[in-house]
Amino acid sequence: MQRAFPWHLIFFLAPAVIIYTVFSAYPLLDTLRLSFFTDSESGERSFAGLSNFVTLLGNAVWSEAFWNAMWNNTQFFLIHLLVQNPIGLGLAALLSLKGLRGARTYRTLIFLPTLLSVVIIGFIWQLILSPLWGVSENFLYALGLGQYFDAWLGKESSALITLSLISVWQFIGIPMMLIYASLLSIPDELLEAAKVDGASPFRIFWRIKVPLILPTLGLVTILTFVGNFNTFELVYAVKGALAGPDYSTDIMGTFFYRTFFGYQSQLGSATMGATVATMMFLVILTGVMAYFYLVQRRLTRYQL
Amino acid sequence: MTPSFQYQQKARMGLVHLALLGYTLIALFPIVLVIINSFKSRSAIFNDPLSLPDTGSFTLVGYAKVLQESDILLYFGNSLLVTVIPLFLVLLFGAMAAWALSEYRFRGNRLLALFLAMGIMVPIRLGTVSILETMVSLNLVNTHLALILVYTAMGLPLAIFILTEFIGQVPNELKEAARCDGITEIRLFFQIILPLVRPAVATVAVFTMVPMWNDLWFPLILAPGDATKTIQLGVQQFIGQYATDWNSVLAALSLAVLPILVLYVFFSQQLISGLTSGAVK
Repeated sequence: MQRAFPWHLIFFLAPAVIIYTVFSAYPLLDTLRLSFFTDSESGERSFAGLSNFVTLLGNAVWSEAFWNAMWNNTQFFLIHLLVQNPIGLGLAALLSLKGLRGARTYRTLIFLPTLLSVVIIGFIWQLILSPLWGVSENFLYALGLGQYFDAWLGKESSALITLSLISVWQFIGIPMMLIYASLLSIPDELLEAAKVDGASPFRIFWRIKVPLILPTLGLVTILTFVGNFNTFELVYAVKGALAGPDYSTDIMGTFFYRTFFGYQSQLGSATMGATVATMMFLVILTGVMAYFYLVQRRLTRYQL
Repeated sequence: MTPSFQYQQKARMGLVHLALLGYTLIALFPIVLVIINSFKSRSAIFNDPLSLPDTGSFTLVGYAKVLQESDILLYFGNSLLVTVIPLFLVLLFGAMAAWALSEYRFRGNRLLALFLAMGIMVPIRLGTVSILETMVSLNLVNTHLALILVYTAMGLPLAIFILTEFIGQVPNELKEAARCDGITEIRLFFQIILPLVRPAVATVAVFTMVPMWNDLWFPLILAPGDATKTIQLGVQQFIGQYATDWNSVLAALSLAVLPILVLYVFFSQQLISGLTSGAVK
Protein backbone atom coordinates (compact mmCIF):
# COMPACT_ATOMS: atom_id res chain seq x y z
CA MET A 1 0.00 0.00 0.00
CA GLN A 2 1.32 3.41 -0.93
CA ARG A 3 1.57 5.51 2.21
CA ALA A 4 0.77 9.19 2.27
CA PHE A 5 3.75 11.48 1.91
CA PRO A 6 4.99 12.21 5.46
CA TRP A 7 4.27 15.94 5.47
CA HIS A 8 4.33 16.06 9.25
CA LEU A 9 7.92 14.81 9.16
CA ILE A 10 8.93 17.71 6.93
CA PHE A 11 7.01 20.10 9.16
CA PHE A 12 8.83 18.95 12.31
CA LEU A 13 12.31 18.62 10.86
CA ALA A 14 12.65 21.30 8.21
CA PRO A 15 13.12 24.46 10.33
CA ALA A 16 15.88 23.02 12.51
CA VAL A 17 17.64 21.18 9.70
CA ILE A 18 17.57 24.15 7.33
CA ILE A 19 18.87 26.73 9.84
CA TYR A 20 21.53 24.35 11.15
CA THR A 21 22.65 23.38 7.65
CA VAL A 22 22.78 26.88 6.22
CA PHE A 23 24.42 28.64 9.17
CA SER A 24 26.52 25.93 10.78
CA ALA A 25 27.23 22.81 8.73
CA TYR A 26 27.59 24.44 5.31
CA PRO A 27 29.84 27.30 6.55
CA LEU A 28 32.15 24.76 8.13
CA LEU A 29 32.50 22.76 4.91
CA ASP A 30 32.78 25.95 2.88
CA THR A 31 35.55 27.18 5.18
CA LEU A 32 37.44 23.93 4.63
CA ARG A 33 36.97 24.45 0.88
CA LEU A 34 38.14 28.07 1.02
CA SER A 35 41.43 27.00 2.54
CA PHE A 36 42.35 25.67 -0.93
CA PHE A 37 41.69 29.01 -2.61
CA THR A 38 43.43 32.34 -2.75
CA ASP A 39 42.26 35.90 -3.42
CA SER A 40 44.14 38.11 -5.85
CA GLU A 41 44.56 41.81 -5.10
CA SER A 42 41.65 42.64 -7.36
CA GLY A 43 39.52 40.29 -5.29
CA GLU A 44 39.29 37.39 -7.72
CA ARG A 45 39.28 34.00 -6.10
CA SER A 46 41.20 31.12 -7.64
CA PHE A 47 42.06 27.56 -6.74
CA ALA A 48 45.49 27.37 -5.12
CA GLY A 49 45.84 23.77 -4.04
CA LEU A 50 47.78 23.38 -0.85
CA SER A 51 49.71 26.63 -1.22
CA ASN A 52 48.00 28.28 1.80
CA PHE A 53 49.08 25.39 3.97
CA VAL A 54 52.59 25.54 2.52
CA THR A 55 52.71 29.23 3.44
CA LEU A 56 51.30 28.67 6.91
CA LEU A 57 53.68 25.87 7.79
CA GLY A 58 56.63 26.65 5.53
CA ASN A 59 57.02 30.43 5.50
CA ALA A 60 59.20 31.42 8.45
CA VAL A 61 57.03 34.33 9.62
CA TRP A 62 53.78 32.43 9.33
CA SER A 63 54.98 29.16 10.75
CA GLU A 64 56.61 30.81 13.75
CA ALA A 65 53.35 32.59 14.59
CA PHE A 66 51.34 29.44 13.98
CA TRP A 67 53.44 27.15 16.13
CA ASN A 68 53.67 29.79 18.83
CA ALA A 69 49.87 29.98 19.01
CA MET A 70 49.58 26.20 18.88
CA TRP A 71 52.11 25.66 21.65
CA ASN A 72 50.58 28.40 23.82
CA ASN A 73 47.18 26.85 23.30
CA THR A 74 48.53 23.44 24.29
CA GLN A 75 49.96 24.92 27.48
CA PHE A 76 46.65 26.67 28.11
CA PHE A 77 44.91 23.30 27.84
CA LEU A 78 47.44 21.39 29.93
CA ILE A 79 47.18 23.91 32.77
CA HIS A 80 43.40 23.49 32.68
CA LEU A 81 43.79 19.75 32.83
CA LEU A 82 46.28 19.74 35.69
CA VAL A 83 44.51 22.30 37.84
CA GLN A 84 40.82 22.02 37.07
CA ASN A 85 40.38 18.26 37.23
CA PRO A 86 41.94 17.75 40.69
CA ILE A 87 40.15 20.78 42.18
CA GLY A 88 36.89 19.81 40.50
CA LEU A 89 37.22 16.26 41.79
CA GLY A 90 38.07 17.48 45.29
CA LEU A 91 35.12 19.87 45.46
CA ALA A 92 32.75 17.26 44.06
CA ALA A 93 33.99 14.67 46.57
CA LEU A 94 33.39 17.05 49.48
CA LEU A 95 29.98 18.12 48.18
CA SER A 96 28.82 14.53 47.80
CA LEU A 97 29.64 13.60 51.41
CA LYS A 98 26.65 12.15 53.22
CA GLY A 99 24.97 14.45 55.71
CA LEU A 100 26.74 17.59 54.54
CA ARG A 101 24.59 20.59 55.32
CA GLY A 102 24.41 23.44 52.84
CA ALA A 103 25.74 21.41 49.89
CA ARG A 104 23.14 23.08 47.68
CA THR A 105 24.25 26.57 48.66
CA TYR A 106 27.93 25.79 48.14
CA ARG A 107 27.50 24.35 44.68
CA THR A 108 25.19 27.16 43.61
CA LEU A 109 27.70 29.80 44.67
CA ILE A 110 30.78 28.03 43.31
CA PHE A 111 29.05 27.59 39.96
CA LEU A 112 28.23 31.29 39.61
CA PRO A 113 31.40 32.53 37.82
CA THR A 114 30.89 29.91 35.10
CA LEU A 115 27.78 31.75 33.95
CA LEU A 116 29.35 35.17 33.67
CA SER A 117 30.80 36.43 30.44
CA VAL A 118 34.47 35.71 29.81
CA VAL A 119 34.99 39.35 28.83
CA ILE A 120 33.72 40.62 32.16
CA ILE A 121 35.70 38.03 34.10
CA GLY A 122 38.83 39.01 32.19
CA PHE A 123 38.43 42.67 33.07
CA ILE A 124 37.60 41.92 36.70
CA TRP A 125 40.79 39.90 37.15
CA GLN A 126 42.80 42.47 35.28
CA LEU A 127 41.72 45.03 37.86
CA ILE A 128 42.34 42.73 40.80
CA LEU A 129 45.82 41.76 39.63
CA SER A 130 46.69 45.32 38.67
CA PRO A 131 49.65 46.74 40.60
CA LEU A 132 47.85 50.10 40.35
CA TRP A 133 45.00 48.99 42.55
CA GLY A 134 47.14 46.80 44.73
CA VAL A 135 44.37 44.55 46.01
CA SER A 136 46.22 41.32 45.35
CA GLU A 137 49.54 42.80 46.41
CA ASN A 138 48.17 43.83 49.80
CA PHE A 139 46.51 40.49 50.12
CA LEU A 140 49.83 38.70 49.60
CA TYR A 141 51.52 41.03 52.09
CA ALA A 142 48.85 40.14 54.63
CA LEU A 143 49.81 36.50 54.14
CA GLY A 144 53.48 37.37 54.44
CA LEU A 145 54.07 36.60 50.75
CA GLY A 146 54.26 40.18 49.52
CA GLN A 147 57.66 39.82 47.93
CA TYR A 148 56.24 37.30 45.45
CA PHE A 149 53.80 39.80 43.94
CA ASP A 150 54.44 40.77 40.37
CA ALA A 151 52.55 42.25 37.44
CA TRP A 152 51.79 38.71 36.31
CA LEU A 153 49.56 39.64 33.39
CA GLY A 154 52.18 41.97 31.97
CA LYS A 155 55.17 39.62 31.96
CA GLU A 156 56.02 37.37 29.10
CA SER A 157 56.95 34.54 31.44
CA SER A 158 53.75 34.55 33.47
CA ALA A 159 50.95 36.11 31.39
CA LEU A 160 49.80 32.87 29.76
CA ILE A 161 49.82 30.92 33.02
CA THR A 162 47.87 33.68 34.73
CA LEU A 163 45.27 33.75 31.98
CA SER A 164 44.94 29.96 32.14
CA LEU A 165 44.37 30.10 35.88
CA ILE A 166 41.74 32.83 35.48
CA SER A 167 39.98 30.60 32.98
CA VAL A 168 40.19 27.62 35.36
CA TRP A 169 38.79 29.79 38.15
CA GLN A 170 35.85 30.72 35.97
CA PHE A 171 34.98 27.28 34.58
CA ILE A 172 35.70 25.04 37.59
CA GLY A 173 31.92 24.75 38.04
CA ILE A 174 31.52 22.48 35.02
CA PRO A 175 33.91 19.66 36.05
CA MET A 176 32.68 20.03 39.62
CA MET A 177 29.03 19.55 38.65
CA LEU A 178 29.59 16.72 36.17
CA ILE A 179 31.80 14.79 38.59
CA TYR A 180 29.41 15.50 41.45
CA ALA A 181 26.51 14.10 39.41
CA SER A 182 28.43 10.99 38.57
CA LEU A 183 29.52 10.48 42.19
CA LEU A 184 25.87 10.69 43.27
CA SER A 185 24.89 8.09 40.70
CA ILE A 186 27.11 5.39 42.24
CA PRO A 187 24.74 2.84 43.81
CA ASP A 188 24.66 2.85 47.62
CA GLU A 189 24.80 -0.96 47.81
CA LEU A 190 28.23 -0.93 46.25
CA LEU A 191 29.58 1.50 48.83
CA GLU A 192 27.82 -0.31 51.69
CA ALA A 193 29.34 -3.61 50.60
CA ALA A 194 32.82 -2.10 50.60
CA LYS A 195 32.21 -0.61 54.02
CA VAL A 196 31.06 -3.95 55.41
CA ASP A 197 34.25 -5.47 54.05
CA GLY A 198 36.14 -2.99 56.18
CA ALA A 199 37.42 -0.60 53.50
CA SER A 200 38.34 2.85 54.78
CA PRO A 201 36.58 5.91 53.29
CA PHE A 202 39.88 6.87 51.70
CA ARG A 203 40.22 3.48 50.05
CA ILE A 204 36.59 3.49 48.93
CA PHE A 205 37.16 6.81 47.26
CA TRP A 206 40.28 5.83 45.32
CA ARG A 207 39.48 2.20 44.58
CA ILE A 208 35.76 2.36 43.90
CA LYS A 209 34.55 5.86 43.25
CA VAL A 210 37.39 7.22 41.13
CA PRO A 211 37.43 4.27 38.66
CA LEU A 212 33.66 4.61 38.32
CA ILE A 213 33.80 8.27 37.44
CA LEU A 214 36.65 7.93 34.93
CA PRO A 215 34.23 8.23 31.98
CA THR A 216 33.10 11.58 33.39
CA LEU A 217 36.70 12.74 33.74
CA GLY A 218 37.19 11.75 30.10
CA LEU A 219 34.14 13.76 29.08
CA VAL A 220 35.30 16.78 31.09
CA THR A 221 38.70 16.55 29.44
CA ILE A 222 37.36 16.49 25.89
CA LEU A 223 34.90 19.33 26.60
CA THR A 224 37.79 21.37 27.98
CA PHE A 225 39.94 20.51 24.98
CA VAL A 226 37.35 21.63 22.45
CA GLY A 227 36.55 24.75 24.47
CA ASN A 228 40.21 25.71 24.90
CA PHE A 229 41.11 25.29 21.24
CA ASN A 230 38.46 27.66 19.98
CA THR A 231 38.40 30.23 22.76
CA PHE A 232 39.25 33.81 22.06
CA GLU A 233 37.44 36.16 24.44
CA LEU A 234 39.67 36.02 27.50
CA VAL A 235 42.91 36.78 25.67
CA TYR A 236 41.20 39.38 23.49
CA ALA A 237 39.60 41.15 26.46
CA VAL A 238 42.70 41.21 28.63
CA LYS A 239 45.55 41.46 26.11
CA GLY A 240 43.85 42.61 22.90
CA ALA A 241 44.11 41.04 19.45
CA LEU A 242 47.91 41.24 19.55
CA ALA A 243 47.99 38.85 22.54
CA GLY A 244 50.97 40.51 24.15
CA PRO A 245 53.46 40.84 25.59
CA ASP A 246 55.25 39.83 22.39
CA TYR A 247 52.57 37.27 21.41
CA SER A 248 53.24 35.27 24.57
CA THR A 249 49.50 34.82 25.14
CA ASP A 250 48.59 34.23 21.50
CA ILE A 251 46.32 31.20 21.11
CA MET A 252 44.61 29.74 18.05
CA GLY A 253 41.49 31.90 18.46
CA THR A 254 43.39 35.19 18.51
CA PHE A 255 45.75 34.03 15.75
CA PHE A 256 42.71 33.12 13.61
CA TYR A 257 41.14 36.52 14.30
CA ARG A 258 44.28 38.43 13.31
CA THR A 259 44.81 36.34 10.20
CA PHE A 260 41.24 36.87 9.07
CA PHE A 261 40.92 40.58 9.87
CA GLY A 262 44.48 41.77 9.69
CA TYR A 263 46.38 43.86 12.21
CA GLN A 264 48.78 46.75 12.05
CA SER A 265 50.51 46.57 8.65
CA GLN A 266 49.36 43.10 7.70
CA LEU A 267 46.16 42.87 5.68
CA GLY A 268 43.51 40.37 6.63
CA SER A 269 42.87 37.43 4.36
CA ALA A 270 39.71 35.36 4.20
CA THR A 271 41.43 32.40 2.62
CA MET A 272 44.38 32.38 5.04
CA GLY A 273 41.80 32.76 7.83
CA ALA A 274 40.01 29.72 6.45
CA THR A 275 43.33 27.88 6.41
CA VAL A 276 43.93 28.60 10.10
CA ALA A 277 40.33 27.58 10.86
CA THR A 278 40.93 24.33 8.97
CA MET A 279 44.00 23.62 11.10
CA MET A 280 41.92 24.31 14.23
CA PHE A 281 39.27 21.96 12.90
CA LEU A 282 41.88 19.23 12.38
CA VAL A 283 43.21 19.68 15.92
CA ILE A 284 39.73 19.51 17.44
CA LEU A 285 38.75 16.58 15.22
CA THR A 286 41.88 14.67 16.26
CA GLY A 287 41.06 15.29 19.91
CA VAL A 288 37.44 14.24 19.57
CA MET A 289 38.33 11.10 17.61
CA ALA A 290 40.99 10.15 20.11
CA TYR A 291 38.40 10.56 22.84
CA PHE A 292 35.81 8.40 21.15
CA TYR A 293 38.14 5.66 19.98
CA LEU A 294 40.58 5.37 22.85
CA VAL A 295 39.14 6.81 26.01
CA GLN A 296 35.51 5.98 25.54
CA ARG A 297 36.13 2.39 24.42
CA ARG A 298 38.48 1.61 27.29
CA LEU A 299 36.39 3.30 29.92
CA THR A 300 32.99 1.85 29.15
CA ARG A 301 34.17 -1.34 30.81
CA TYR A 302 33.75 0.38 34.14
CA GLN A 303 30.34 1.73 33.40
CA LEU A 304 27.54 0.25 35.44
CA MET B 1 28.71 5.52 69.22
CA THR B 2 31.25 6.68 71.71
CA PRO B 3 31.46 10.41 72.47
CA SER B 4 35.01 10.64 71.13
CA PHE B 5 33.94 9.16 67.80
CA GLN B 6 31.12 11.68 67.56
CA TYR B 7 33.57 14.43 68.35
CA GLN B 8 35.91 13.25 65.63
CA GLN B 9 33.04 13.11 63.16
CA LYS B 10 32.08 16.69 63.99
CA ALA B 11 35.63 17.92 63.67
CA ARG B 12 35.90 16.26 60.27
CA MET B 13 32.70 17.90 59.06
CA GLY B 14 34.06 21.19 60.33
CA LEU B 15 37.12 20.81 58.13
CA VAL B 16 34.96 19.97 55.13
CA HIS B 17 32.93 23.13 55.69
CA LEU B 18 36.10 25.13 56.07
CA ALA B 19 37.41 23.89 52.71
CA LEU B 20 34.14 24.49 50.89
CA LEU B 21 33.65 27.88 52.49
CA GLY B 22 37.19 28.81 51.52
CA TYR B 23 36.62 27.90 47.90
CA THR B 24 33.26 29.67 47.84
CA LEU B 25 35.03 32.82 48.99
CA ILE B 26 37.60 32.46 46.21
CA ALA B 27 34.77 32.07 43.69
CA LEU B 28 32.79 35.07 44.88
CA PHE B 29 35.42 37.51 46.11
CA PRO B 30 36.38 39.07 42.74
CA ILE B 31 32.75 39.66 41.76
CA VAL B 32 31.75 41.08 45.13
CA LEU B 33 34.84 43.28 45.21
CA VAL B 34 34.00 44.86 41.87
CA ILE B 35 30.37 45.45 42.81
CA ILE B 36 31.05 47.08 46.18
CA ASN B 37 33.76 49.31 44.76
CA SER B 38 31.54 50.45 41.92
CA PHE B 39 29.56 52.41 44.55
CA LYS B 40 32.60 54.15 46.01
CA SER B 41 34.50 57.33 45.33
CA ARG B 42 37.82 57.11 43.57
CA SER B 43 39.87 57.73 46.68
CA ALA B 44 37.96 55.09 48.62
CA ILE B 45 38.45 52.59 45.79
CA PHE B 46 42.19 52.97 46.08
CA ASN B 47 42.67 53.61 49.79
CA ASP B 48 40.31 51.03 51.17
CA PRO B 49 39.17 48.60 48.49
CA LEU B 50 37.90 45.99 50.92
CA SER B 51 35.46 48.13 52.90
CA LEU B 52 31.80 48.56 52.09
CA PRO B 53 30.69 51.96 50.82
CA ASP B 54 29.66 54.26 53.67
CA THR B 55 28.08 57.71 53.79
CA GLY B 56 31.45 59.30 53.14
CA SER B 57 32.51 57.20 50.20
CA PHE B 58 29.20 56.30 48.54
CA THR B 59 28.78 57.67 45.04
CA LEU B 60 27.00 56.76 41.82
CA VAL B 61 29.29 58.86 39.66
CA GLY B 62 30.54 55.80 37.75
CA TYR B 63 27.03 54.68 36.89
CA ALA B 64 26.05 58.18 35.84
CA LYS B 65 29.04 58.35 33.53
CA VAL B 66 28.33 54.97 31.96
CA LEU B 67 24.71 55.87 31.31
CA GLN B 68 25.70 59.25 29.88
CA GLU B 69 28.72 58.35 27.81
CA SER B 70 27.60 55.07 26.33
CA ASP B 71 24.39 53.68 24.92
CA ILE B 72 24.46 50.91 27.47
CA LEU B 73 20.69 50.62 27.63
CA LEU B 74 20.55 50.18 23.87
CA TYR B 75 23.26 47.51 24.13
CA PHE B 76 21.21 45.74 26.79
CA GLY B 77 18.23 45.84 24.48
CA ASN B 78 20.30 44.44 21.61
CA SER B 79 21.65 41.63 23.76
CA LEU B 80 18.16 40.82 24.96
CA LEU B 81 16.88 40.72 21.39
CA VAL B 82 19.62 38.46 20.07
CA THR B 83 19.30 36.14 23.07
CA VAL B 84 15.55 35.83 23.55
CA ILE B 85 14.54 35.33 19.90
CA PRO B 86 17.14 32.62 19.13
CA LEU B 87 16.30 31.01 22.47
CA PHE B 88 12.64 30.76 21.49
CA LEU B 89 13.53 29.42 18.03
CA VAL B 90 16.00 26.87 19.41
CA LEU B 91 13.47 25.54 21.91
CA LEU B 92 10.61 25.40 19.40
CA PHE B 93 12.51 24.01 16.39
CA GLY B 94 14.71 21.87 18.62
CA ALA B 95 11.75 20.22 20.32
CA MET B 96 10.02 19.67 16.99
CA ALA B 97 13.09 18.03 15.47
CA ALA B 98 13.71 15.99 18.62
CA TRP B 99 10.14 14.70 18.49
CA ALA B 100 10.47 13.70 14.84
CA LEU B 101 13.79 11.95 15.46
CA SER B 102 12.60 10.01 18.49
CA GLU B 103 9.06 9.20 17.34
CA TYR B 104 9.11 8.39 13.64
CA ARG B 105 11.08 5.68 11.91
CA PHE B 106 12.23 6.83 8.52
CA ARG B 107 15.19 6.18 6.28
CA GLY B 108 18.23 8.20 7.34
CA ASN B 109 16.95 8.87 10.87
CA ARG B 110 20.19 7.88 12.62
CA LEU B 111 22.29 9.62 10.02
CA LEU B 112 20.33 12.85 10.43
CA ALA B 113 20.64 12.62 14.22
CA LEU B 114 24.39 12.18 13.86
CA PHE B 115 24.64 15.09 11.43
CA LEU B 116 22.84 17.34 13.91
CA ALA B 117 24.87 16.05 16.86
CA MET B 118 28.12 16.94 15.14
CA GLY B 119 27.41 20.55 15.95
CA ILE B 120 27.82 19.76 19.66
CA MET B 121 31.48 18.90 19.25
CA VAL B 122 32.53 21.06 16.30
CA PRO B 123 32.42 24.74 17.28
CA ILE B 124 30.40 26.94 14.93
CA ARG B 125 33.16 29.55 15.11
CA LEU B 126 35.35 27.51 12.77
CA GLY B 127 32.93 28.41 9.99
CA THR B 128 33.22 32.14 10.64
CA VAL B 129 34.91 33.04 7.35
CA SER B 130 32.10 31.53 5.34
CA ILE B 131 29.39 32.81 7.72
CA LEU B 132 30.64 36.36 7.23
CA GLU B 133 30.68 35.94 3.45
CA THR B 134 27.13 34.58 3.53
CA MET B 135 25.98 37.50 5.67
CA VAL B 136 27.68 39.98 3.36
CA SER B 137 25.98 38.48 0.32
CA LEU B 138 22.60 38.46 2.10
CA ASN B 139 23.18 42.07 3.17
CA LEU B 140 22.76 41.09 6.80
CA VAL B 141 25.96 42.50 8.29
CA ASN B 142 25.20 44.81 11.21
CA THR B 143 21.70 43.49 11.63
CA HIS B 144 20.15 41.67 14.56
CA LEU B 145 18.97 38.99 12.16
CA ALA B 146 22.55 37.88 11.41
CA LEU B 147 23.16 37.13 15.10
CA ILE B 148 19.72 35.59 15.55
CA LEU B 149 20.29 33.12 12.71
CA VAL B 150 23.81 32.17 13.82
CA TYR B 151 22.81 31.74 17.46
CA THR B 152 19.83 29.61 16.49
CA ALA B 153 22.13 27.35 14.46
CA MET B 154 24.59 27.32 17.37
CA GLY B 155 22.02 26.28 20.00
CA LEU B 156 20.10 23.65 18.04
CA PRO B 157 22.47 20.62 18.21
CA LEU B 158 22.68 20.37 22.01
CA ALA B 159 18.98 21.20 22.41
CA ILE B 160 17.95 18.47 19.98
CA PHE B 161 20.31 15.97 21.59
CA ILE B 162 18.99 16.54 25.13
CA LEU B 163 15.33 16.84 24.14
CA THR B 164 15.43 13.63 22.07
CA GLU B 165 16.30 11.71 25.25
CA PHE B 166 13.45 13.29 27.19
CA ILE B 167 10.83 12.95 24.50
CA GLY B 168 11.81 9.30 24.07
CA GLN B 169 10.71 8.72 27.67
CA VAL B 170 7.09 9.77 27.10
CA PRO B 171 5.05 6.58 27.55
CA ASN B 172 3.66 5.00 24.40
CA GLU B 173 0.18 4.43 25.83
CA LEU B 174 -0.31 8.15 26.10
CA LYS B 175 0.47 8.77 22.45
CA GLU B 176 -1.61 5.81 21.28
CA ALA B 177 -4.57 6.92 23.34
CA ALA B 178 -4.41 10.37 21.79
CA ARG B 179 -4.09 8.92 18.30
CA CYS B 180 -7.14 6.72 18.88
CA ASP B 181 -9.07 9.92 19.49
CA GLY B 182 -8.15 10.90 15.95
CA ILE B 183 -5.78 13.74 16.82
CA THR B 184 -3.35 14.91 14.11
CA GLU B 185 0.37 14.41 14.62
CA ILE B 186 0.93 18.15 14.80
CA ARG B 187 -1.71 18.68 17.48
CA LEU B 188 -0.42 15.65 19.35
CA PHE B 189 2.97 17.30 19.56
CA PHE B 190 1.86 20.78 20.54
CA GLN B 191 -1.00 19.87 22.90
CA ILE B 192 0.31 16.75 24.59
CA ILE B 193 4.03 16.18 24.12
CA LEU B 194 5.33 19.72 24.49
CA PRO B 195 3.59 20.41 27.83
CA LEU B 196 4.88 17.06 29.13
CA VAL B 197 8.54 17.84 28.49
CA ARG B 198 8.36 21.38 29.83
CA PRO B 199 10.86 20.78 32.66
CA ALA B 200 13.45 19.53 30.16
CA VAL B 201 12.78 22.51 27.92
CA ALA B 202 13.46 24.84 30.84
CA THR B 203 16.81 23.15 31.51
CA VAL B 204 17.80 23.36 27.86
CA ALA B 205 16.78 27.03 27.90
CA VAL B 206 19.39 27.90 30.50
CA PHE B 207 22.16 26.02 28.67
CA THR B 208 21.22 27.68 25.41
CA MET B 209 20.87 31.19 26.71
CA VAL B 210 24.14 31.66 28.56
CA PRO B 211 26.55 31.20 25.61
CA MET B 212 24.44 33.54 23.47
CA TRP B 213 24.28 36.29 26.05
CA ASN B 214 27.99 36.03 26.82
CA ASP B 215 29.30 35.75 23.27
CA LEU B 216 31.76 38.37 22.02
CA TRP B 217 33.03 36.71 18.83
CA PHE B 218 29.99 36.99 16.56
CA PRO B 219 28.92 40.49 17.68
CA LEU B 220 32.48 41.63 17.01
CA ILE B 221 32.52 40.14 13.52
CA LEU B 222 28.92 40.24 12.30
CA ALA B 223 27.37 43.21 14.08
CA PRO B 224 29.93 45.67 15.46
CA GLY B 225 27.87 48.71 14.41
CA ASP B 226 26.56 51.06 17.06
CA ALA B 227 22.92 50.21 16.46
CA THR B 228 23.40 46.45 16.88
CA LYS B 229 26.20 46.30 19.46
CA THR B 230 25.57 43.82 22.28
CA ILE B 231 26.34 44.47 25.92
CA GLN B 232 29.56 42.39 25.87
CA LEU B 233 30.96 44.30 22.94
CA GLY B 234 29.71 47.63 24.26
CA VAL B 235 31.29 47.10 27.67
CA GLN B 236 34.52 45.84 26.12
CA GLN B 237 34.86 48.96 23.99
CA PHE B 238 33.71 51.30 26.75
CA ILE B 239 36.36 49.94 29.09
CA GLY B 240 38.99 50.20 26.39
CA GLN B 241 38.10 53.86 26.02
CA TYR B 242 37.79 54.80 29.70
CA ALA B 243 40.43 52.46 31.07
CA THR B 244 41.78 54.99 33.56
CA ASP B 245 38.38 56.04 34.87
CA TRP B 246 38.02 53.44 37.57
CA ASN B 247 34.56 54.51 38.70
CA SER B 248 33.16 54.07 35.21
CA VAL B 249 34.96 50.80 34.57
CA LEU B 250 33.71 49.25 37.80
CA ALA B 251 30.18 50.51 37.16
CA ALA B 252 30.17 49.16 33.60
CA LEU B 253 31.36 45.75 34.82
CA SER B 254 28.74 45.64 37.56
CA LEU B 255 25.99 46.55 35.12
CA ALA B 256 27.11 43.81 32.76
CA VAL B 257 27.09 41.21 35.54
CA LEU B 258 23.75 42.24 36.99
CA PRO B 259 21.26 40.55 34.60
CA ILE B 260 22.91 37.16 34.94
CA LEU B 261 23.02 37.52 38.73
CA VAL B 262 19.31 38.32 38.85
CA LEU B 263 18.44 35.43 36.53
CA TYR B 264 20.64 33.09 38.54
CA VAL B 265 18.78 33.92 41.75
CA PHE B 266 15.60 32.68 40.10
CA PHE B 267 16.84 29.81 37.96
CA SER B 268 19.86 28.35 39.74
CA GLN B 269 17.96 25.35 41.09
CA GLN B 270 16.60 24.58 37.65
CA LEU B 271 20.02 24.81 36.09
CA ILE B 272 21.78 22.75 38.68
CA SER B 273 19.20 20.01 38.87
CA GLY B 274 19.45 19.86 35.08
CA LEU B 275 23.20 19.48 35.25
CA THR B 276 23.20 16.92 38.01
CA SER B 277 20.34 14.82 36.65
CA GLY B 278 22.80 13.80 33.95
CA ALA B 279 20.94 15.64 31.24
CA VAL B 280 24.19 16.49 29.54
CA LYS B 281 26.06 13.25 30.02
